[in-house]
Amino acid sequence: MTADGTSTPSAAAVAAAVRSGATKAADVVEQHLAAIAAREPEIHAFNTVLAEQARERAAQIDASVAAGNDPGPLAGVTVALKDNMCTRGVPTTCSSKILDGWKPPYDATVVNMLRDAGAIIVGKTNLDEFAMGSSTENSAFGPTRNPHDTSRVPGGSSGGSAAAVAAGFSQIALGSDTGGSIRQPAALCGVVGVKPTYGYVSRYGLVAFASSLDQIGPFASSVEDAALMLDVIGGHDPHDSTSIPQRHPSLTEAIQQGVEGLRVGRITDLPEGADPDVQERLDAAFEALRAAGATIVDVQVPAFTFGLTAYYLIAPAEASSNLARYDGVRYGLRVDAADTNEMYGVTRAAGFGDEVKRRIMLGTYALSAGYYDAYYGKALKVRRLIHDDFERAYQQADVLLTPTSPSVAFKFGSKGDNPFAMYLCDTYTIPTNLAGHPGMSVPFGTGAEGLPVGVQVLAGTLQEPVMFRAAAALERALS
Amino acid sequence: MAKVARLARLALAPDEIERMTAQLDGMLEHFADVDALDLTDVAPMTQPFPLVNVFRADVVQPCLDREEVLAAAPASEDGRFRVPPTVGLEG
Repeated sequence: MTADGTSTPSAAAVAAAVRSGATKAADVVEQHLAAIAAREPEIHAFNTVLAEQARERAAQIDASVAAGNDPGPLAGVTVALKDNMCTRGVPTTCSSKILDGWKPPYDATVVNMLRDAGAIIVGKTNLDEFAMGSSTENSAFGPTRNPHDTSRVPGGSSGGSAAAVAAGFSQIALGSDTGGSIRQPAALCGVVGVKPTYGYVSRYGLVAFASSLDQIGPFASSVEDAALMLDVIGGHDPHDSTSIPQRHPSLTEAIQQGVEGLRVGRITDLPEGADPDVQERLDAAFEALRAAGATIVDVQVPAFTFGLTAYYLIAPAEASSNLARYDGVRYGLRVDAADTNEMYGVTRAAGFGDEVKRRIMLGTYALSAGYYDAYYGKALKVRRLIHDDFERAYQQADVLLTPTSPSVAFKFGSKGDNPFAMYLCDTYTIPTNLAGHPGMSVPFGTGAEGLPVGVQVLAGTLQEPVMFRAAAALERALS
Repeated sequence: MAKVARLARLALAPDEIERMTAQLDGMLEHFADVDALDLTDVAPMTQPFPLVNVFRADVVQPCLDREEVLAAAPASEDGRFRVPPTVGLEG
């Protein structure tokens, strides 16, 4: 279902119809381009809309079907890509002035996998610059607006991807999640969003923010469509040595199973701060799973509360190193100066926005001689505590439920000038990235002002099948 | 903070440094919440999974197209990236 309440066929149904010849990929594309034409000026989900490429690709797919070939499991399915995934010959900006106009000389692995599966890429979506933010307000090209209420943010950093699915611009979108950048916007836009286990999906061609935390995952209108997408893009990639060298079990099959006997954990020492309307939906989610046959168990994750501190030292430290490559030499912006060292400094000062500069400064400080042990070194130890506490909890529970975001979508500018107020948006999503575990947000009704509320389902390493079963049960409970 | 900006190769204006110093001070104050933890016997965790080095077979593979790569650079010359002088500026 899209934000305006219209029901759209699932990606699985569209792919089946296109593969059988009952539906033309060209018609699917035109429907989505019409939706984009109608509402994109108001929403600004995209940095680039690829109308002509999408039409050409649809024609190829229809020709392939007519010739008796199978274009693949995503035949004719429209997909939007976060603009930090490399697309050969197509601008990839990370919503930063420093990469404005850059056309990568290669495709990300996920882009190749989508093409091989018959998907049609309709555009590159807006984000907080270099994926640093929780509202998409940090984009150098202006914010994205929430399709449910355009006076509010869509969340971030993958706000454009979440909004694209919520507005019906594409059936599925890909985002990246370093501390909640898929799950939080999914919750605020009322769609499903998944951060898989670290290494589940190849990061080759994903512009790096914090390499030990970044992971690509899908946005979709249903748990089934998210499963279908992840079944296509999951798996080992020789180009990414952190991708897990094994085949993943089918998630579309996993969601056929119910949740009878599943142990669902309630974290009794979860950090406070969720609004009452969000808490009420979380309580209802526990009740729904209990009614579906699951057992609710109390667990503790004492180090959960230290996630923000560990994250805001580790992620900026890794970012300060990763973003050193934007130096005005090989790609993107250059501001001329008399020598290279001066050129680096003025180029980077002109090309990066405030939040990116702030995180580079914080990361450089945390890594600098004399402070390394006190900040970065300590954060790595706290990360271990968080991981181990989760592992203990997963001995008692198969999945954990928490709020995804402490609140429903908030108004533009409402976090003011205090960066820490924005960081608190990720209180419930960040610890999962530090642990490397999977997590997903499922829409579960509405809260204040009728705005969507997401419930977060967490699971242990490579426990996506059980996480998807719980998510599917929540979705069924609402329908 | 001026030193950190130099290390980070960010030519920040004095007012930017002043603003950022105040903001980073606020953050470091919050980060003190972990000071109460006893971390003496805790091993640092740099990655979710233990990493082993990976070698691919030593076989020539296609690489990026040189012209395409250089076309994306701010300046190039004779098949290479062109940059302002790096050495020999002093004296």
